[in-house]
Amino acid sequence: MSNKILSVRGLSRIHGEQCPLCISSTGPEHDTNMCPHCGSVVAAHDVNFDLYRGEILGIIGESGSGKSSTVKMLYFDDMPTAGSATFYDGDAQHDMFALNAAQQRSMRNKRFGMVYQNPHLGLNFQISAGGNIAERLLMSDLRHYEEIRTRAGDLLVRTEVSRARMDQNPRTFSGGMQQRVQIAKALATRPPLLFLDEVTTGLDLSVQAAILDLILEIQHELGTAMIVVTHDLGVIRLLAGRTLVMKHGRVIESGLTDQILEDPQHAYTQRLVASAL
Amino acid sequence: MNAHYELPLEDAGYSFGFLDEYAKKEVRRCILKAISIPGYQTPYASREMPMGRGFGTGGLQLTLSLIGADDTLKVIDQGSDDSVNAVNLRQFVQLTCPGVAVTEKTQEATLIQSRHRIPEKMLTEQQILVLQVPYPDALVVVEPSEARRKVMHGEADYSRLLVKLYEDVVRFDEITLSHRYPTRINGHYVIDPSPIPRWDVPRLHHSPALVLLGAGREKKIYAVPPYTVAAPLVFDDIAFRVEDFRDANGQRIACRCCGSIVSFLDELIDDAGRVTHQCSDSAYCEEQQETISARKQA
Repeated sequence: MSNKILSVRGLSRIHGEQCPLCISSTGPEHDTNMCPHCGSVVAAHDVNFDLYRGEILGIIGESGSGKSSTVKMLYFDDMPTAGSATFYDGDAQHDMFALNAAQQRSMRNKRFGMVYQNPHLGLNFQISAGGNIAERLLMSDLRHYEEIRTRAGDLLVRTEVSRARMDQNPRTFSGGMQQRVQIAKALATRPPLLFLDEVTTGLDLSVQAAILDLILEIQHELGTAMIVVTHDLGVIRLLAGRTLVMKHGRVIESGLTDQILEDPQHAYTQRLVASAL
Repeated sequence: MNAHYELPLEDAGYSFGFLDEYAKKEVRRCILKAISIPGYQTPYASREMPMGRGFGTGGLQLTLSLIGADDTLKVIDQGSDDSVNAVNLRQFVQLTCPGVAVTEKTQEATLIQSRHRIPEKMLTEQQILVLQVPYPDALVVVEPSEARRKVMHGEADYSRLLVKLYEDVVRFDEITLSHRYPTRINGHYVIDPSPIPRWDVPRLHHSPALVLLGAGREKKIYAVPPYTVAAPLVFDDIAFRVEDFRDANGQRIACRCCGSIVSFLDELIDDAGRVTHQCSDSAYCEEQQETISARKQA
């Protein structure tokens, strides 16, 4: 059995009406992702990568480079215009974009986890922190109240939120704590694959460090594969083993994180690394 | 405009049951669909009735489509046959359905239209219970978009309703819903039995009588067919409970009129400011009283 968990081939997303010149007239060499002929936006084009069990893959790039678009498609928040993705779940293989909507929702609820930059997207602020985690557990057909309580409490403790605050509304939490609750919620069903979209953006440095530590610990403990989207080179350096660099919807460079940071090949990556250091 | 215009005589009157035959046929078709998909909210063309939406127009349209000259009708509102709404609806049916008999006795009725209660007396296979529904969709409290609610119903995705119950247990140590208790019919669709209290939910389960629920304003009909499983949503380790009528000493409160200790009670405050309780189902209460007085005489 291969250790592969996700295999993405030729993933593309173009917003708007497409014309035959969309691809050839956009990209880093044209310094735009908007087609000058028809005005379509090439959010992502021909994204290829493989992800293995327990691996952390980083996707880095500036705003509008297509890194979030890629993750959105894989989490079924958006449909690609072309390309395929295969999810390897134990012995089963799923052609992700060939599944029907119900199967996609079930995969998203039970096999994937997502942590958004904005906790308002990932959490329901009408209900308690414990209720948010219970929601995920109930979705995966757990119907035992005491067990739900225990598991939700354990998850919160694991993500360093006190059990005493379990029944409070996340609105009363600090930004860092909201992010921790989001991580606990994403981990509730013990998903083999976790997406992290700019999770540390907007948090202060010490909280950022604590959250990154937590993510690393979880990866060691549970062996969860993760895709980390960020524009922060520090996050990539700390977390990711391999990295994709994206610009104007294209992957311009990919490889081991150390290699990319120490010996960048593409002019954009060189500028990026130089500006950060 | 022709001020002297008059409808041709044969068109001027209303047909039997106020609704025209086409309207009744459409409602009957939707009833059949609702029965064949237990718990599914069948959309139908709810007609304008000569009363406001919210006064039981959904239930009334069901009743008028089902009723025939040989039927005996009972109308209940808040458990009582004498409340304003029940009296008006009964009079309307008598007016528009000549020859239909009415009764207050549950066992004599073939068709029962009700709001708020299922009669205390066990219904039979020969009877149909029509309930007036204010809120047909249980998911409306967690999802405002009807399009998304339909998908959730289709996939039987009711986890968010359970989250609501979870929050209730966390906050109050028990489920506090007094009515609108989400109930799963035949293992798939969850209905909102909004007209009846939690007390009556177990009586939907394997009911010998056909239960039809009609929402006039929301334009939906759904059904609990006879002998169908109706299971309230619960957690595995927290059992479903009905209302508990006990005083401070843990004694079951009895009805002040008939002394029943098994019926659903209404709380009343009398002129002296004392809290008393009496049966919510007035027909049941009267029958109990008659039995008691008959026994005393004998």
